[in-house]
Amino acid sequence: MLRFFLIRAFRAFMTIVLVVTFAFVVLRMSGDPALIIMGPEAPPEAIVAFRKAWGLDQPIWIQYLSYFTAIMGGDLGISMRDGQSAISLVLDRIPATLQLTVPALILKLAIGIPAGVYAALHRDSAADRGVMAGAVVGFTMPSFVFGLILVLVFSVTWGVLPSGGQDTWMHAILPIATMSIGGAGILARFSRSAMIEILGQPYMRTASAKGLPWRRVIWEHAFPNAAIPIVTITGFMVGTLIAGAVVVESLFSWPGIGRLLVVSVANRDLAVVQCILLMVAATMVISNFVVDILYGYLDPRLRNNQARH
Amino acid sequence: MPLVEISNLGVAFSGVPVLHGINLKIEKGEAVGLVGESGCGKSVTWLAALGLLPGKAAVSGSVRLGEEELVGAPREKLEQVRGGRIAMIFQDPSSSLNPVLRAGRQIAEAVELHQGLAGAAARAEAIRLMDLVGIPGAARRFDNYPHEFSGGQNQRLMIAMALAGKPDLLVADEPTTALDATIQAQILDLLISLRQETGMAIVFISHDLGAVSQICERVCVMYAGRIVEQCSTEMLFRAPRHPYTRGLFDAIPRLDAGRERSIPIPGTVPQAGRMPAGCAFAPRCGYATDVCHNQVPALSGTEGRATACFNALDEMRSATASGTTKQKVEFA
Repeated sequence: MLRFFLIRAFRAFMTIVLVVTFAFVVLRMSGDPALIIMGPEAPPEAIVAFRKAWGLDQPIWIQYLSYFTAIMGGDLGISMRDGQSAISLVLDRIPATLQLTVPALILKLAIGIPAGVYAALHRDSAADRGVMAGAVVGFTMPSFVFGLILVLVFSVTWGVLPSGGQDTWMHAILPIATMSIGGAGILARFSRSAMIEILGQPYMRTASAKGLPWRRVIWEHAFPNAAIPIVTITGFMVGTLIAGAVVVESLFSWPGIGRLLVVSVANRDLAVVQCILLMVAATMVISNFVVDILYGYLDPRLRNNQARH
Repeated sequence: MPLVEISNLGVAFSGVPVLHGINLKIEKGEAVGLVGESGCGKSVTWLAALGLLPGKAAVSGSVRLGEEELVGAPREKLEQVRGGRIAMIFQDPSSSLNPVLRAGRQIAEAVELHQGLAGAAARAEAIRLMDLVGIPGAARRFDNYPHEFSGGQNQRLMIAMALAGKPDLLVADEPTTALDATIQAQILDLLISLRQETGMAIVFISHDLGAVSQICERVCVMYAGRIVEQCSTEMLFRAPRHPYTRGLFDAIPRLDAGRERSIPIPGTVPQAGRMPAGCAFAPRCGYATDVCHNQVPALSGTEGRATACFNALDEMRSATASGTTKQKVEFA
């Protein structure tokens, strides 16, 4: 088991190193922060001075090494734009983002899983087709389209909900609804197909044949088996709790991580962008790790494999 | 009054009939074999009786358990019968147990449902049942998962689960087909001794005539959704009267046959929905006459011996080969 954890931890570390490196390379190659932050009309001396101040005049591999050693030492750098430390800028925004993404995740689970299970139990009925049509619409429609439709209906036409900002809990309703719909659709589809597969297994017949009431057959015998693919998808959604709101936050002017990322990329504010990417990578890696542990908990047949690795 | 009386039971899947009016009585405590090729309706008969077929199956006719009618009975009533009065075990024990639930727990669940025990008492009873069916170290293995047991042990666990409800009838649906020959023999012995101890009736569904002969006093041979021959096991082995039954015996490889091959039945079972007009076996039958192709023979004869055939074989014609076969089968 210790070996399993060590291998996992090493893989997680390598993933984060890769993300950090990739972000560094792409951002450095896609534009000069000095030009963007100082503006096109800045005098050449000022630009040279800016480059020197931020170490941008060094060869790229020296920049990378100093950046990398700083990160290893826990120093995520300083925002080139306003001189604040990048990590505090990012941490300030996290609560706002979680205010949207956590309720949205709960909503996805609360709608998607029961809808999918219901559709599986009433396979090929009108209800099943209705749920699946809704799910397809939910996850194929881009979130900005769905968000705009909601704004059009609830803010413009009926005027019952605000279309942007973060002042009251009412402001959170439309962004949360927009974020939930796609995930709920995906979860419904996965829950349905997982349940249909499990319902055809011989042990379901055994459970019925011993006289177990139908409801217990479904929730105690079928659902724990169907949980594995559902947990995989849910783990992915948990991994995007921090990063998942770029479009929706921009659309509803919600001051979260997503909007900070958009602004920082546009400004080539390297430290902030890298700090956000690092955090996203870390949440992804952690949620993947938790999912792997959960697999072993959900399916005893996988436990031996984990112990062996 | 018989324990179970099935009359004119029919099953159709999406409008295609697969069971054409089965009549079968099971007396208290008797062991009856249901024999036939895969797809002939042996299992479907009992799945239909217990309401375990999927929703697209249309069930007609009647299944009476004592005074109670099971066909069309409400779900709550069927749930009490299942496991409580009629228990069923299945062909592939390893996939018939839930892989993510502890084996002992799955047995305790049946104990809770049918004996009204709970908690530690249910656990103790489940361990007693595991012990009874020959799981070594039952108390220690209660918390193991099905994949930690062998195939034969999984079938023992299934039997323990079936016994939890103290059923009047155990339907064993090919319980030994997926197991090694030595394990098969152990499971058969277990079923025989459990029947002696509990007095429950057994319906043994199999295509293995040898296994059937060890457990059952009476055999029904099924073909394409009908019972074609029904008599005591002894009579069936001495002198099968239906050409299909005879074909089954001839198809068994014989130890004393030297280089001679066993004789397979020519052709294949007709598909449900494409049944020939007359007797379903007529196209494969060496004894078929004109009437066989036009008319379906009814199961006729006495209570003890009935055959659905216009050209049933007489004692002389049928006795020769199969008399010796029985010994060989038992040997194997």
